[in-house]
Amino acid sequence: MNVPENLKYTGSHEWVRQDGADVTVGITDFAQDQLGDIVFVELPQPGQQVQAGAQVAVVESVKTASDIYAPLSGTVTAVNPALAETPELVNRSPYQDGWLFRLSPRGGGEDLLDAEAYLALTRDA
Amino acid sequence: MDSSWQRTPLYAAHLRSGARMVPFGGWEMPLHYQGILAEHRSVRERAGVFDVSHMGEFLLSGPAALEFLQWITPNDLARLRPGRAQYNWLPNAQGGLVDDVYIYCLAEDSYLMVVNAANIRADWDHLNGLAEGFAGRGLTLQDLSAATALLAVQGPRAASSLQEITDTDLSAVRKNGVIQAAVAGWPVRLARTGYTGEDGFELFCPAESAEALWAAICVLGVTPAGLGARDTLRLEAGFPLYGHEFRPDRSPLTTHYGWVVKDKPWYAREALLAAPREPHLVGLLPQGAIAREGSSVYRGDELVGEVSSGTQSPSLGRPIAMAFVRGEAGPLEVEVRGRRVPAQLVRLPFWPPSPH
Repeated sequence: MNVPENLKYTGSHEWVRQDGADVTVGITDFAQDQLGDIVFVELPQPGQQVQAGAQVAVVESVKTASDIYAPLSGTVTAVNPALAETPELVNRSPYQDGWLFRLSPRGGGEDLLDAEAYLALTRDA
Repeated sequence: MDSSWQRTPLYAAHLRSGARMVPFGGWEMPLHYQGILAEHRSVRERAGVFDVSHMGEFLLSGPAALEFLQWITPNDLARLRPGRAQYNWLPNAQGGLVDDVYIYCLAEDSYLMVVNAANIRADWDHLNGLAEGFAGRGLTLQDLSAATALLAVQGPRAASSLQEITDTDLSAVRKNGVIQAAVAGWPVRLARTGYTGEDGFELFCPAESAEALWAAICVLGVTPAGLGARDTLRLEAGFPLYGHEFRPDRSPLTTHYGWVVKDKPWYAREALLAAPREPHLVGLLPQGAIAREGSSVYRGDELVGEVSSGTQSPSLGRPIAMAFVRGEAGPLEVEVRGRRVPAQLVRLPFWPPSPH
């Protein structure tokens, strides 16, 4: 299972990458593997204000719908336009082409996990 | 996983194939191996093999077996010759269903009934309760479930693949036919039946030979397929599933399977015919959202029904759903995560697609 060292993580299996002033958010390799074939992704609207811990997106496999939570409070600045037509990118490339949305954060993020802590969490799962 | 889950004789084989195991009806079963979409496509385009050993098998035999089955089910078994199989129901006395079943006529006085895994106990009690009225008439009920494995080989290449490992001419086995055969050297009861909407066979075999048969079939290039694909395939084919479309407290005549009921006397005939037939089962094409079991269905502002099964159709590449709905006229909407989206009413099945 792939858990890149340079990312931060949540206990609900989102990853967070600092990209300039914004952060990019997706779901982890562990999460996409647990979900199986992803067939539908519902994303927030650019401009939408989100609270850390609030449900902001939905990733659906053939079998189930899974809520995605905002890892930080802030404003949505972009969503991945490719996922409407090719949601399977989340399976194929969870950390790159399968990213979900970008946020302009209002601070916070101190409680995000590093790769080692996240890996430990998935081992207990 | 809880140790109380039952395992089929193929449990170890599933783990070796990398299956994601999940609880289903009291059993620990493979949800998928490589993925639901790939397995689904394999069955529609080539061939797949399912372990359905969790299903129950009862043998009903003796001089009164036919009369008993005629008394407890709505389909007409008088037409069923040895070597032929029939879809049928086990209705309760209130007009709902205890289970839906397949009945294979093995000989004049010998019938094999295949039942849903989650209902084995309830079906067995139901059958034995009704059998009390046949005491002393020559009726024997045997539960063969634990000793019997069941493999389903399904798809357009199912016949040509299996033909490679049997001397029996499979082209001579018609749909709903059942014969005794040797497959890969193992004695099996081989039936041209299934639950995918494709051509295919179901192989009943002793639990001891299940692993060897499974391996012999996989070597042919037949794709192992899990319960995830089984569910998407049956839903596309418009097949009701017990616990979703069929329930103890709902008439099965609310579905498009009314043809099961034939004109003959049997124990719950009046109750079944008198039970309410609304809301009734429809096919829906939700737009832009996957409506799943429990989603509400609206006509305007009126709540008119509920989705019983829903998924993303791998074959059609769009959401499909079956729902119980009151009234005929449209247009309908389904509610997904608090948002209503249009849902076009369509004739079942979803697959194969109609020319319109």
